[in-house]
Amino acid sequence: MMAEFGAFALMLGLACAIAQTGLSIAARVRRSSVLAAAGEGAALASFASVAISFAVLMHGFVVSDFSIANVAANSHTEKPLLYRVAGTWGSHEGSILLWDLALTAYGAAMALFGRSLPRSLKAVAVATQGALGTVFLAYTVFASNPLARLAQAPVEGRSLNPLLQDPALAVHPPFLYSGYVGMSVIFSLAVAALVEGRVDAAWARWVRPWALAAWSLLTIGITLGAFWAYYELGWGGWWFWDPVENASFMPWLVTTALLHSAIVTEKRGALAGWTVFLGLAAFSFSMLGAFLVRSGVLTSVHAFAVDPRRGVLLLMILGVTSGAAFSLFAWRAPKLGQGGVFAPVSRESALVLNNILLAAATATVLLGTLYPLIREALTGEAISVGPPYFNLTFTPLMAALILVLPAGPLLSWKRGDAVGVAQRLWAAAAVALLAGLAAYAIVSPRKAFGALGLMLGAWLIAGAVAELVERTRAFRVSAAESWRRLTGLPRGAWGMTFAHLGLGVFVLGACFETGWRAEAAETLPLGGSLDVGAYHLTLDSVTAVEGPNYDADRGLIVATRNGKPVCRAEPERRLYLANAQTTSEVAICDRGPSHLYIVLGEKRNAGGVPVWLVRAYWNPWAVLIFLGPVIMALGGLISLSDRRLRLGVPRRREQPA
Amino acid sequence: MSWLPKSPKARRRLTLIAAIAPVLAIAVALTLWGLRGSISFFYTPTQAAAAKPPAGRSVQLGGLVAKGTVVKHADGRVEFTVADQHAADKVVFQGDLPDLFREGQGVVAVGAFRDDGVFEAKTILAKHDERYMPREVADQLKKQGEWRGDGATPAYDKVQRP
Repeated sequence: MMAEFGAFALMLGLACAIAQTGLSIAARVRRSSVLAAAGEGAALASFASVAISFAVLMHGFVVSDFSIANVAANSHTEKPLLYRVAGTWGSHEGSILLWDLALTAYGAAMALFGRSLPRSLKAVAVATQGALGTVFLAYTVFASNPLARLAQAPVEGRSLNPLLQDPALAVHPPFLYSGYVGMSVIFSLAVAALVEGRVDAAWARWVRPWALAAWSLLTIGITLGAFWAYYELGWGGWWFWDPVENASFMPWLVTTALLHSAIVTEKRGALAGWTVFLGLAAFSFSMLGAFLVRSGVLTSVHAFAVDPRRGVLLLMILGVTSGAAFSLFAWRAPKLGQGGVFAPVSRESALVLNNILLAAATATVLLGTLYPLIREALTGEAISVGPPYFNLTFTPLMAALILVLPAGPLLSWKRGDAVGVAQRLWAAAAVALLAGLAAYAIVSPRKAFGALGLMLGAWLIAGAVAELVERTRAFRVSAAESWRRLTGLPRGAWGMTFAHLGLGVFVLGACFETGWRAEAAETLPLGGSLDVGAYHLTLDSVTAVEGPNYDADRGLIVATRNGKPVCRAEPERRLYLANAQTTSEVAICDRGPSHLYIVLGEKRNAGGVPVWLVRAYWNPWAVLIFLGPVIMALGGLISLSDRRLRLGVPRRREQPA
Repeated sequence: MSWLPKSPKARRRLTLIAAIAPVLAIAVALTLWGLRGSISFFYTPTQAAAAKPPAGRSVQLGGLVAKGTVVKHADGRVEFTVADQHAADKVVFQGDLPDLFREGQGVVAVGAFRDDGVFEAKTILAKHDERYMPREVADQLKKQGEWRGDGATPAYDKVQRP
């Protein structure tokens, strides 16, 4: 009964989404606040229905109701509770339902919290959100029913892929999807702005909190994914420029650009059309991501729950929604105002440059991701585009962006003072240069590119500090006055500082790890040893252990440095019984910000003596790679708590005639 | 600077173009260069036999791991044969095989052919999902009439080994 109830709730959600669209459009046309309220009510009802349906599916997973096809295919009675819950979004159908849940939740949030929006704009935005909900819910109901029953329930399920049975990956999809789908609100607001033909400071300020929330969630989602790939796959790497990774990265790049261009629109009224364009592009990239990931059209190492037949439907959804939105843009954008003028050296210009570089970077990633498809369609040859392409195209553009970044916040609006900014940044530049030179001189082996990367990271961090010093006038006024200014800084300013600081931390970690990682792999008998970096690893013992739903070999590997033991690592090689799949459980020794990363591989036989393949990586400063984005996301959340966002832009009252 | 246009709007447009043009030019140049240098072709053994990629050039070889050909050496080396309907190639690989590497399963090896025709793999592509077949492999198998639907194991016993 439960499953049928859930399926009915899903259908009800679809009906409510249709009602939400229709009522809100009618509200806009007839300028009726009653109809508008009804549309908003439908948005809430749609969310409630989808939430019920989602809860039913989750219940099915928790109690292992194998009469539901989805549960039978992806769950197992012996699986720990956390992974039974996470199994809800571990399959194609479940993840699409999670997408629907997020989409309707954002619709409901817009209906509830959008009180400061003008009525007509809000009605169109709610209608657009309803239309998106209709499309995706219809897809779920008719093509990807997560609650379909099996005629004969099996006794035991087929279990979730063991690689997905991991805490980081259990929470990765909810974060990623709430980030992805958060772009839908910006999309709806952009469509509404186009319909109303008005993009002004107030509109940019309404977009900002949604963009910040979605961006922060997406940042955390991507970081969790990278972290999972880092320690679960056992390859020692954290980013592979794989199509699935790129699919999540492109919306992030676009939203980052949007956050910056929206500032210009908010403060100076310029770049209105461009900001709207980015708003449409952000969600289009999210949908493209869903299509690429779910259809399996590109060969990816991270392909889960792929279904090519449904891919076509997702592509149609993408084509119709984005096509309609961009057509609307082409039609209405010329009517949007031009906004204020600014000099070539100004904060506006710096933000424009930021957007140009981010857009170019997104384009190179997009081209690299889709090129195999284009090439195959044109010539029939199957090819793949590897990391060298992205290192060659993406990295220089980002380096250029980082070079100009610290100058941006110090420039004033309209007309900036280049010499003045240079004077304020000379200390930061000196710190960065020293850091780069020190890295080149001290760290062995000597690497010019690595040192350059560290210099850029130091430049970002020093630049963020210099900006704080400038804002508080530290060292120029009394300490008490500086402190007063520091505590008086708006949250938005803190958010920016944190985000830029986080990027610097990430760049430091990424460059150090990429430049100076060391790797060693050998087959070791018991007592055998290998060297990686400055560490000497000895395979002490291998014992058999039993987990809740797996058997494992657990190695004990003792790491010593200069003869002193520093770490006892216990990597495992697990055999999951439900689907006879082996996985490696990596052991990571924390060495300050660095990681000693050890993988126990296959057992082999060397003339009657058992040997194990042991791989070890020395990943210097690896912690910073994941810490940086967390600081960035924190910056986004701090900025989100700025009370200016809740108050909205004061609008000039109409003068009575 | 009298050559600059007088209207502020036109000036802004000019500045914008001056900012976009170099970035665009650099991005396009890098992209073209990058795509020329860092794409690698995908071959099945049959296609590789026809195309004869030069030794040392990075390519991908995809097919099925022929049954009974996997030899694991104690020093970490692995040898196996990647086969399709009409041809087969010997692959050598140093290191840990991905968790889902199985005899009779689809596999993509990234590496280069040696002068003696043996494929030296740098990476064996791991699929996270045991029900998932690399798309290129699936496509080629379909063309060769070997496809038995998702997750089914095609017959590879008929493969003629060289």
